[in-house]
Amino acid sequence: MKSLHRGIIEEKPLYWIPPVALVILLGLFLTFKRYFYGLGSVTALNDYQPWGLWVGFDVLCGVALAAGGFVLTGIVHLLNFERYKSVVRPTVLSAFLGYILVSVGLLYDLGKPWNIWHPLVMWNPHSVMFEVAWCVMLYSTVLALEFSPVVLEKLGSWRILRIVRALTLPMVITGILLSTLHQSSLGTVFLIVPKKLHHLWYTNLLPVHFFLSAVSVGFAMVILESFVSHHLFKKSLETNVLLDLGQFMVVALMLMLIVRIQDVSFKIGWKNVYDGTIESWAFMTEMACFVLPLLLVFIYRNRMKMGIIVLSAAFTMAGVVLNRLNVSIIGMARSGGFRYFPSWEEFFLSFFLVTMGVLVFILCVKFLPIFPEEPAEEKPAE
Amino acid sequence: MLIDFTECIGCGECVKACQKQNKLGDNPSKDDLSSHNYTVVLKQEGINYRKLCMHCQEPTCASVCPVGAFTKTALGPVIYDADKCMGCRYCMMACPFGVPRYQWDSAVPVIAKCIFCNERVAAGGETACSWVCPMGATRMGRRSDLLEIARGRVERHPDKYVNYIYGETDAGGTSILMLSSVPFDKLGFPMDLGAQPLPSLTWSVLSKIPSIVVTGGVLLGGLTWIINRRIQLDSGALVDPEDSSRPGKGGAK
Repeated sequence: MKSLHRGIIEEKPLYWIPPVALVILLGLFLTFKRYFYGLGSVTALNDYQPWGLWVGFDVLCGVALAAGGFVLTGIVHLLNFERYKSVVRPTVLSAFLGYILVSVGLLYDLGKPWNIWHPLVMWNPHSVMFEVAWCVMLYSTVLALEFSPVVLEKLGSWRILRIVRALTLPMVITGILLSTLHQSSLGTVFLIVPKKLHHLWYTNLLPVHFFLSAVSVGFAMVILESFVSHHLFKKSLETNVLLDLGQFMVVALMLMLIVRIQDVSFKIGWKNVYDGTIESWAFMTEMACFVLPLLLVFIYRNRMKMGIIVLSAAFTMAGVVLNRLNVSIIGMARSGGFRYFPSWEEFFLSFFLVTMGVLVFILCVKFLPIFPEEPAEEKPAE
Repeated sequence: MLIDFTECIGCGECVKACQKQNKLGDNPSKDDLSSHNYTVVLKQEGINYRKLCMHCQEPTCASVCPVGAFTKTALGPVIYDADKCMGCRYCMMACPFGVPRYQWDSAVPVIAKCIFCNERVAAGGETACSWVCPMGATRMGRRSDLLEIARGRVERHPDKYVNYIYGETDAGGTSILMLSSVPFDKLGFPMDLGAQPLPSLTWSVLSKIPSIVVTGGVLLGGLTWIINRRIQLDSGALVDPEDSSRPGKGGAK
């Protein structure tokens, strides 16, 4: 049992160490460069496109891809789908780590990161960013509390555990409300640039798009993470649970597509979508990523297989990632005169943060009762 | 402040005075606004024109800044508090005129934009640029007075001016007003901003948040309550129908 639990780390102890060490070393070097020589020394950002990959990927995609947390806790604790309980812990862990990565990403991107606490005391309720900052701070706290039982179990603090357990329901509800607010508000952020953001993405329904796509990708991420964990940690795969979650994902995708298709039909007109520009290609690729999962699920509806659901989830994830990059970078590029393309350092530091996140996840799985298969971990047997 | 492009001779004295006043250092490149240039004088279509912060009546930068680092003072200037700023650069993204600049090469960067020489103006003085202008092309005054002057010039010389006072209504109106003999869009000024101040776009969503929270909270709480009660009733854990003193509860299912 124990050796199964430890999985890949124990079996191939040396083969992954040199590349990871290299990534960490180079990451630390670039971190040093960024903090001592300014954003311009590592990024391609400029006065004409002040937000780049770190806002587009680290923050916008980071928050969206961590949506699995509120989506799944809502289904399990509020709608009482007890069946999915086995995936709650790894999902909450990855959501929590996701938000930590978003915050660390912000520490890289903010010009004066030591002032990151300023929104706590310097209020501007008219600012979307102010609201997002508060929601992200509060929701990270909620996620920490939602994850705390895992640590408390390990430590054996049963009294605190009982208090936290009693708070589960209010915490889940608070988490859903906060997530609804800031997932949509990240779309509201771009409502202020009606003339700068390309018309294929600018609509006053941006907050609705952002929220619905976050819900879709929340389910997709639970599916993908379970699938990857299955291979990485040799966990048994609960096929039925993932197929069910796939259904939820498809429903959320349909909702989002209905809203977006209506939007495009009435505001732009489909015949005006393609005009040969890079924006129209980016838009069509994004839409294809959202339509393909629906087609796949429809075609295979009577002989649904794990692979199909995983593929659909992967397309959904790609679509949401592309959507966030489209809104924040590609759709904004024309107004900035196409003067920005991410530097290799920006790509690398984003990759570095993701690598660190995965490492911490693996360590958590190794030392904490994340996956429920081992019955010994559930009860205080020792 | 009223800037009449037709009177500008392109001497660039305002740019130099501005750099000196705001201690921006001398920057050889004066092609566009930068962290060394709060204002520049450019030439296009045979006319000299200035770029600088427009000092909106309802500034987008002040509305989007999460820490309220921008303030519109009663006299007109939109000023910036670098100590509050955390460097998110949302102001740069949001500014409809694309004005704010950043110190990309600094480890302690701040936003760079014209602050209307706030200290001089607050003390009853003029901005460095209008004070130094040898032609009177840039002049200070109350916005309403300047608008009247501008309208008078356009009416008296319809052959000389395009019939548009830039900043009168653009993005809800600005404290800087501009007159030109060349259409403003040819000089790179956005003409499609409309008369509605941009902050209303996000406020219309933000102002709904309290009701979203209350409605959502009640909805989610109620949903959970109903579902859990049904489950408990189904499993017979909550009320034992035989034992119930209130028959309504047992018969609810």
